[in-house]
Amino acid sequence: MTQSTRFNGPARLLHWSMAALILAMLFIGVAMVASLADYGTLVALHRPLGLLILILAVLRLANRWRRPPPPLPADLPPWQRRAAHASHIALYGLMLAMPLVGWAMLSAGRIPVAVAGPLVLPPILPQSPMLYAWLRELHTVLAYGLFGLVLAHLGAALLHGLIRRDGVFASMAPWRVRRPAGNL
Amino acid sequence: MTLLHRLTGAPPGMTPRALILRVCAIGALLAGTAGAFAAAGGWLSPTALTPARVVDRFEQVNGPHPGFRRNHAKGLCVAGEFAGNGAGAALSKAGVFAAGRVTPVEGRFALAGGQPYAADAAATVRSLALRFRLPDREEWRTGMNALPVFPVRTPEAFYEQLLAGKLDPATGKPDPERMKAFFAVHPESAKAAGLIKARPITAGFADSTFRSLNAFRFVAADGRATPVRWALVPERPAVPETAAQTARTDKNYLFDDLAAQLRQAPLRWRLVVTVGGAGDATADATLPWPADRESLDVGTLTLTGATPEEAGNCRDVNFDPLVLPDGIAPSDDPLLSARSAAYARSFTRRAGEATRPSAVTATAGQGDTP
Repeated sequence: MTQSTRFNGPARLLHWSMAALILAMLFIGVAMVASLADYGTLVALHRPLGLLILILAVLRLANRWRRPPPPLPADLPPWQRRAAHASHIALYGLMLAMPLVGWAMLSAGRIPVAVAGPLVLPPILPQSPMLYAWLRELHTVLAYGLFGLVLAHLGAALLHGLIRRDGVFASMAPWRVRRPAGNL
Repeated sequence: MTLLHRLTGAPPGMTPRALILRVCAIGALLAGTAGAFAAAGGWLSPTALTPARVVDRFEQVNGPHPGFRRNHAKGLCVAGEFAGNGAGAALSKAGVFAAGRVTPVEGRFALAGGQPYAADAAATVRSLALRFRLPDREEWRTGMNALPVFPVRTPEAFYEQLLAGKLDPATGKPDPERMKAFFAVHPESAKAAGLIKARPITAGFADSTFRSLNAFRFVAADGRATPVRWALVPERPAVPETAAQTARTDKNYLFDDLAAQLRQAPLRWRLVVTVGGAGDATADATLPWPADRESLDVGTLTLTGATPEEAGNCRDVNFDPLVLPDGIAPSDDPLLSARSAAYARSFTRRAGEATRPSAVTATAGQGDTP
């Protein structure tokens, strides 16, 4: 087989740094909307992290387009192949959509998208309270969807790595796995 | 080869015991992550006070008023500008304080409470919220009250006070027993209530002094942070509210007077920044700072016109006290984060609701019509 069995270095670096960022972001988001004491601090973290994730997601898609990922194992049942494909489209979609919906929602609510220091992003939508309320709700629904997908992704990755041991986990593992064998 | 082997795709060499162990480990990790998420989201602590519960309580105490702010529901939009005189630039790098800098401002005068159609009354707390629009999309939003100190120290006390202070429909006043019980638990609020009760009540919005009450930090260009509170001090001398005024039948007399005064001439306030000394409370808005603290006049707010609340103006602005330019930062006052959180929740709810016209309409300023 001439095709690499691993994601390239940038893909792995982006995957694991974004995994940490996205998981942190989901926890920050769900905590801040329920918190009075930490709301201010968490919102101030949420916005720059969201922008960072948006930038990294664009870089990651560009890298993926340049260096396509290794193929899935040939013996993977078709329904799992389809599920893997669909969940990855959804994951990439949400990585882009979550920050964009957040940005658009603040724009519609005429809330400055303050990132850090004096940096405030320009609005990307005209002011509309109704649109703000709708996008605010969408942001929540998509966030729960993303958390569910992240859980499914984590479960599937561990199934590949611990049980099937078919090289799928090893292809994204940050370390080199000698044989596609137990690696956690 | 077991059914579990077939379901999971495990290699036949893996013993059933090893397979079950691994399936359980994966399940435990997923359940733990989901559980941690639920804990972070507050689902495991249903009694904790949340922004949603604070806004729920406003709705419970005031009844439903869709489309309106849950607090400071009755208001009037104003516009004008702020001219910095340079004195604030030593304490804060925010451009709004630069000498000669003129910053466009929009604002909202309002009366505290969640009743958008309540009649104006002398004792109702008056507020002024401002939105300074700095260059490069930076903004400074601040909500101020015509009070000497804030009535509570923590969001929890605020939540309790809302219910304790609910007006009894029979007497039109809060139940004194409930207020007594609240003050017994919150002696800091009892003290603050004394100061608030003793405050001079002026003739109207135009001669009221509006205070930030919460402390903030001004951050200078060299990084030095200074604890501050600020106040807008009216240019026109304060005149006490008279009995004749309160006896007027005009339900909007405070707003109508303001609109009439603005039609005659601009109204001005000096922005006075008080510098906190060592040991002055920054995390307790019920405590006044000593009167001898250094005060800096940093510029003049000039308001030139009023318009009733309508789509696109101050009605649709969330005067979140944590929308701050670089150079102004929050203090450790727990009310700041709580206000920001509760305002956001109130804003989100009303933004999605159909609106009704404000009680303070375009006919404002007709004066003392019987």
